[in-house]
Amino acid sequence: MPDPHAGLKPQTALGHDVPVTITIGAVTITERFDVALASLAVRRGRDKDLAKAAKAADLPLPPAAMAQFAVPYSAFWMTPEMWMVEAPFASHEEITAGLKTALGDTASLTEQTDAWVRLDITADNPVPLFERLSNIDLATKPVGFAARTVIEHLGTYLIKRSPTDITLYGPRASAQSLLHALEVTAKSLL
Amino acid sequence: MSQSHRIGGGQIDRTQPLNFTFDGKSFVGHPGDTLASALLANGVQLMGRSFKYHRPRGPLSAGSEEPNALVELRSGARQEPNTRATVAELFDGLQARSQNRWPSLAYDALSINDRLNSFFTAGFYYKTFMWPAAFWEKLYEPIIRRAAGLGSMSRLEDPDDYDKGFLHCDLLIIGAGPAGLMAALTAGRAGLRVVLADEDFRMGGRLNAETYAVGDHSGADWATAVQSELVSLPNVRLMTRTTVVGAFDHGIYSAVERVSDHLPTPLAGKPRQTLWRIYTAHALLTGGATERPIPFENNDRPGIMLAGSLRAYANRWGVAAGDRVAIFTNNDDGLRSATDLQSKGVDVVAVIDSREGGTLLPGIRHLRGAQVIDSAGRLGLKSITVRGPNGKVETISANALGVSGGWNPNVNITSHHRSRPDWRDDIAAFVPGSGGPANLHCAGAAAGHMSTHAALKSGAEAARHIAESMGKQAPYVLPVAEDAPVQITPLWYVPGGKGRAWIDQQNDVTVKDIKLAHQENFTSVEHMKRYTTLGMATDQGKTGNVIGLALMAELTGQSIPATGTTIYRPPYTPVAMGALAGRSRGKEFKPFRLTPSHKWAAEQGAIFVEVGNWLRTQWLPRPGETTWRQSVDREVLQTRKSVGICDVTTLGKIDIQGTDAGLFLDRVYANTFSTLPVGKCRYGLMLREDGMVFDDGTTARMAEHEYVMTTTTANAVTVFRHLEFCRQCLWPDLDVQLISTTEAWAQYSVAGPNARNLLAKLVDQDISDAAFPYMGAGNITVCGGLRARLFRISFSGELAYEIAVPTRYGDALIRKLVEVGAEFDAVVYGTETLGVMRIEKGHVAGGELNGQSSALNMGLGKMVSKKKDSIGMAMTLREGLNQPGGLRLVGVRPVDPAASISAGSHFLPLGAAPTAENDGGWLTSKVFSPHLGCDIALGYLKAGDQKIGTRMRAVNFLTQVDTEVEIVSPHFFDPEGERLRA
Repeated sequence: MPDPHAGLKPQTALGHDVPVTITIGAVTITERFDVALASLAVRRGRDKDLAKAAKAADLPLPPAAMAQFAVPYSAFWMTPEMWMVEAPFASHEEITAGLKTALGDTASLTEQTDAWVRLDITADNPVPLFERLSNIDLATKPVGFAARTVIEHLGTYLIKRSPTDITLYGPRASAQSLLHALEVTAKSLL
Repeated sequence: MSQSHRIGGGQIDRTQPLNFTFDGKSFVGHPGDTLASALLANGVQLMGRSFKYHRPRGPLSAGSEEPNALVELRSGARQEPNTRATVAELFDGLQARSQNRWPSLAYDALSINDRLNSFFTAGFYYKTFMWPAAFWEKLYEPIIRRAAGLGSMSRLEDPDDYDKGFLHCDLLIIGAGPAGLMAALTAGRAGLRVVLADEDFRMGGRLNAETYAVGDHSGADWATAVQSELVSLPNVRLMTRTTVVGAFDHGIYSAVERVSDHLPTPLAGKPRQTLWRIYTAHALLTGGATERPIPFENNDRPGIMLAGSLRAYANRWGVAAGDRVAIFTNNDDGLRSATDLQSKGVDVVAVIDSREGGTLLPGIRHLRGAQVIDSAGRLGLKSITVRGPNGKVETISANALGVSGGWNPNVNITSHHRSRPDWRDDIAAFVPGSGGPANLHCAGAAAGHMSTHAALKSGAEAARHIAESMGKQAPYVLPVAEDAPVQITPLWYVPGGKGRAWIDQQNDVTVKDIKLAHQENFTSVEHMKRYTTLGMATDQGKTGNVIGLALMAELTGQSIPATGTTIYRPPYTPVAMGALAGRSRGKEFKPFRLTPSHKWAAEQGAIFVEVGNWLRTQWLPRPGETTWRQSVDREVLQTRKSVGICDVTTLGKIDIQGTDAGLFLDRVYANTFSTLPVGKCRYGLMLREDGMVFDDGTTARMAEHEYVMTTTTANAVTVFRHLEFCRQCLWPDLDVQLISTTEAWAQYSVAGPNARNLLAKLVDQDISDAAFPYMGAGNITVCGGLRARLFRISFSGELAYEIAVPTRYGDALIRKLVEVGAEFDAVVYGTETLGVMRIEKGHVAGGELNGQSSALNMGLGKMVSKKKDSIGMAMTLREGLNQPGGLRLVGVRPVDPAASISAGSHFLPLGAAPTAENDGGWLTSKVFSPHLGCDIALGYLKAGDQKIGTRMRAVNFLTQVDTEVEIVSPHFFDPEGERLRA
């Protein structure tokens, strides 16, 4: 991993120098460390201004319980009038600065990159795994579905990127606990 | 003895022997057997001892309603008590033992209780153990508890895993008998998402236990064929070994799947059981019905069982429970058992039919208008005594008796929302009443449709109705099946016997007990249940409840529906605690939160402490240190001498933005923040509505409309929740946005005279006192450009900063701080040292923020601004909170520096008696101060501000510490604050 700051070597949320990929049977879990995050909350009464500015910046603002994927910005809905914006870390490490330029004072922006651990889960059929982890009815949710759920007591965002690809954003400090829950559940499916 | 009672037929795999033991003796059974069927096949009827009287008992039933055949399974850590042999699936190597007996099942010393039965009638506890009152806890209860109880615990940790999960469906079908299967087929073909759950390991319900046909197949084959089609439907999920145990709100049901109970040990990675939470649009109860016995004198001997179960053992498991079998019935279904057994070559010695008149069974001695009035046989049935219609009494040799008193629909789950069932005279049973869980429907025998045709039809109709309500068509074609009407003449018990007739065999409740309850005016069904313990056990009275209340109805002269019934609560069958706990046990009881410095600290051998979910460094021992105090004293002294570093990431951080952010903070904090300049931070005090202190921390203004609030570690979540409530509900008109950033930033406190010198080696900007004064805050960069935040705040009383970097650099920063700090002999300290230094400085924390202390109590009364409105401000003006003699925060130190003081001690005036009237307050926090060389403490003392310099006693009766102390200022260290402003 590049070390742009002399003497300060970053670590992944799971405590590694480089992200790890774990395969258990048909389930593959990959830590993602290359994504910058920023929360975006509309300022009171500035909805239309924000929508206009976001459109100009090619920043999607998906409807409730959905995510939209684009380049460089993707976003998923968090709660009314609030989204989480994703962008490549390499080009957008200081993600809020770029968004601030685009959106001005239409929204409040907060860097969230290191508040979360991102785990991408790939499986031919991820439903049996997630029905043991979350109360989301994953089988019926469309691609692009995004919602907050609770996995092993941890508040977690779940995004269905494709029928076989699920992203979890869990609290960074509990990254190992979240991974452990995924691992033991995946092993129970063997 | 080798399967001496095995007969032909059945759904067992005779090609595969399964070896198992019962009480150490070896037996052989087959796949498809239960433990009970296998033991009966081997001629074993005696399987247990009763709860109270230790009466010899065999299985009464062939299902989950079993009250008698409770056994211990497995051994070692997997030992499992109170398991029903009738539902325990046989596997090779199964070890089973009888329970509640000593020294053996055949010769049980406590069977003396049976001879003393006149002392153990209903309510005997209440009458016998009244005097002297003190004996109850010390003598009576321990003895009773030792004598009672059933199986034993291994007291070893369960080695297996338990899982939990969530399912969703349009229709949950509870029970896979004819109604359930037909409903699943109808709904599944219509495209509904269906979950079909059955507690048995083989679907089909009673179809597996009967001989009649469904369509062109036997009932069991029809069930198999339907399953084959259901398996092919992707929208249908079949779950065997899965008991739906409860109905909860909003269409949610819980179900326990016994994933590995039928295996010696779970397969690698597999759980023993899974607790499913099933979210449904509709549910359909097709749980069938449970047969009930007819109590008569000594009706509990091994070999006496329900007639339908006797039939099930023969038809499903190829077992004749006896070779001279009699049937005692009050309904036509009992006759089926006789004909089925006879057709299998079993010698049916008599059918005792309590109904008079009617057609006689051909080829069987069918006694109409007769009753079984007694039985004989100590460890197993040897004979029954029958009274004929003309009063003539005869003894009939029999070693098995099937008894049928009619069938009770399994209404249990319909009562889980307190719906009471309705009575139907035509079937002499309760059926589901109105007012059950929303969208829970019933079909089949569970709804009182007792023939196979009626069950199939009601299941299909229910599924069609549900499908149409969801906009789908669900046509169906019914197979031809028997449609015999229920012919029953109720006989609730056989009157006239002098001995005991058992109603609830698991709790040893007899007809006499019910009569006694009536005699003593416990006539309400709820009182009767509690007085006699009817229905209170692992079987929850599935076979005995209705009999008990029918008897009470007779005694009170009321009808059965007028007498009423108790209702059922979850769970339907017992649920292991492990299944409820799931994976939340041991170190996995809850998730951990690891600090950014955790990895480094672990490498140093740090001692960690759980703070909520966080694991924080408590102290870091160094070689040669043998006690925690040595480490903590060193950390404190070194920090005050030079510089110390502490991970404070755990403190809550909340990003507050918006054009009204300052106004918002003015309202949630007792003091003012809207006037705080950009680049500065301020200590903030947050009150509850009642004026008590909720939390404290510092908040920095990073930009005109952007603040960063810090909270205590303990209240990080509750403060955030409170702020969201304020924002969304109290003041939705304000332009304020919130988000937690606690884990986004790794934050370290750097404290001590050399704090600035150390940080100056990392921070890219000028942080001199002039450039970055006390309470300064701002965005900086470190190590040549990494964005960071710096706050000049102090919790220790030292010159101190908190520096934050994106968390991914947290590990690198602690290593860098230690590396650069070596020049200053920097020390890393933990929460113990943090606590010592904050008490030396007089800062309040957990012990003082106890939820019942005001700002005035803490000496912070002046922080509550009266110039603005804020949450809790008005209530701080309450007279009672402003008494001059109220509690005030003080410092405490022992008069004798060598003496100890103890947190929790109460203040007493010197020479005063330790009474509540003399209580002056209490010590909230105590540490040893290496700086002062003695114990020091903070405390709340009445009129404490007027008692500085006086002496009192600090008394703790729990720790037996009684120390003369001096009341001092809470600021033990640098009271003028010169060091932190250096």
